Amino acid sequence: MWQALGNMLGADLSRLLLGLVIILAFSQLNALFLVWLERKVAGHIQLRPGPKEVGPFGLLQTIVDGIKLVGKELITPRLADRKLFVLAPVLVFMPVLVGFMVLPFSPGLIIRDMNVGLLLIFAFSTFSVLAILAGGWASNNKYALLGAIRSVAQNVAYEIPLLLSVMAVVLTVNSLRLSDIVSAQHRVWFFMLQPVAALIYLICATAETNRAPFDIPEAESELVAGFHTEYSGMRFGLFFLAEYTNMFVVCAVATALFFGGWYGPFGFQLGIPGVVWFLLKTYFLLFVIMWVRWTFPRLRFDQLMNFSWKVMIPLSLANLVVTAAVIKLI
Amino acid sequence: MGYWSEMLEGGWSLVQGMRVTVRRLVQPVVTVQYPRKHLQPSPAYRGHTELKRFAETETHACIACGTCQRRCPSGVIKVQGVKSHAKSSKVATHYLIDYTRCSLCGLCVECCPTQTLKFSTQFALEGVSRWDGVIDLIERLEENKS
Repeated sequence: MWQALGNMLGADLSRLLLGLVIILAFSQLNALFLVWLERKVAGHIQLRPGPKEVGPFGLLQTIVDGIKLVGKELITPRLADRKLFVLAPVLVFMPVLVGFMVLPFSPGLIIRDMNVGLLLIFAFSTFSVLAILAGGWASNNKYALLGAIRSVAQNVAYEIPLLLSVMAVVLTVNSLRLSDIVSAQHRVWFFMLQPVAALIYLICATAETNRAPFDIPEAESELVAGFHTEYSGMRFGLFFLAEYTNMFVVCAVATALFFGGWYGPFGFQLGIPGVVWFLLKTYFLLFVIMWVRWTFPRLRFDQLMNFSWKVMIPLSLANLVVTAAVIKLI
Repeated sequence: MGYWSEMLEGGWSLVQGMRVTVRRLVQPVVTVQYPRKHLQPSPAYRGHTELKRFAETETHACIACGTCQRRCPSGVIKVQGVKSHAKSSKVATHYLIDYTRCSLCGLCVECCPTQTLKFSTQFALEGVSRWDGVIDLIERLEENKS
């Protein structure tokens, strides 16, 4: 079949198509698993059991929830901007999928090993802010609009330190190709060389994905549900799916940039395939993000902005300058 | 120096917070899965009233004096008793309470001259009509015996 498809469409296109199908399937499964994991982690941190009724350990709970979401009515507010309102959930999900295209799961398991892979991921992940703004604006609801505005302000503030911290790694490797960046970490993972950049990246990534304690765009105690207040059914489901897939992409990029991608610690592979190492590390980072969410309260808006402009940006800039100087000297 | 010390202090407090939650994560779950497992209610729990069973007589000591009936602010108690012969003391044959309107004030328990009333620890009560809230304590005592 692979051959027939290759003959028909050409090897490149068929590879892309197959990759897209795998990505779509994986992102859904991943989101289902992550939602379950999140609820389990939240439960156990609060000394509750979490979901446990549907399926073994409640594993099928999220599937049941998904079916419920699909079955619900799609409500569009009367005075909403219909086109934008319908488009926003699609817009928010699409760029996240693009990010998957360049993720280096293992040396042979990259759908498209682009020489600007890193740039592509960040270019497209910024795109989802636009979708959130569109959704919040089109809803014609003050809470949604406030959430969208907050989201934009937050993402603008946190994109800068995020990219600056990533730049420090790019300077060290001298490449934007993700497989090159991982290959450079065969013995020493970059979080040992760049601890500040790694920390800044993780904090900013949490803010970028609108996760607690940076979840002011959807602060439910202030804004009902923020930008997705008016969304129901599977449209809301897409926002939800995009959030968890985005989390995965961000953590996978962190794994590739700072935690050695498909390599085991200190060059010891321990007979475990690269893709397993990669996923192990990514899911550990995802667990850390959940752990953070269920530990810290939400930041106030001014605290959030102060933290970015007064702490994160100067620190990441200093880190970048120091990195550049060290590289120049060596 | 305030900038750096604040950052360090703040960072340390974050680490401490994370330590608290990760300890909670591995601690055993405290939730009791209610319909499958039950907690023992505390002895001080106030369910509806119940007649005590005394070891000597192996039954209640209610003499159907009606003190509780008169004392009850909600008027939910009705007691009936009989004398087996003219000179014997009265013995209760029916002790009804309408639990749906009982305010659990406990005056009946306090005023009982033979101290045969107590609070039960019954908490899972359900019914489909108002009459399901009417409980015959003597019947209940008989049922519990068997």
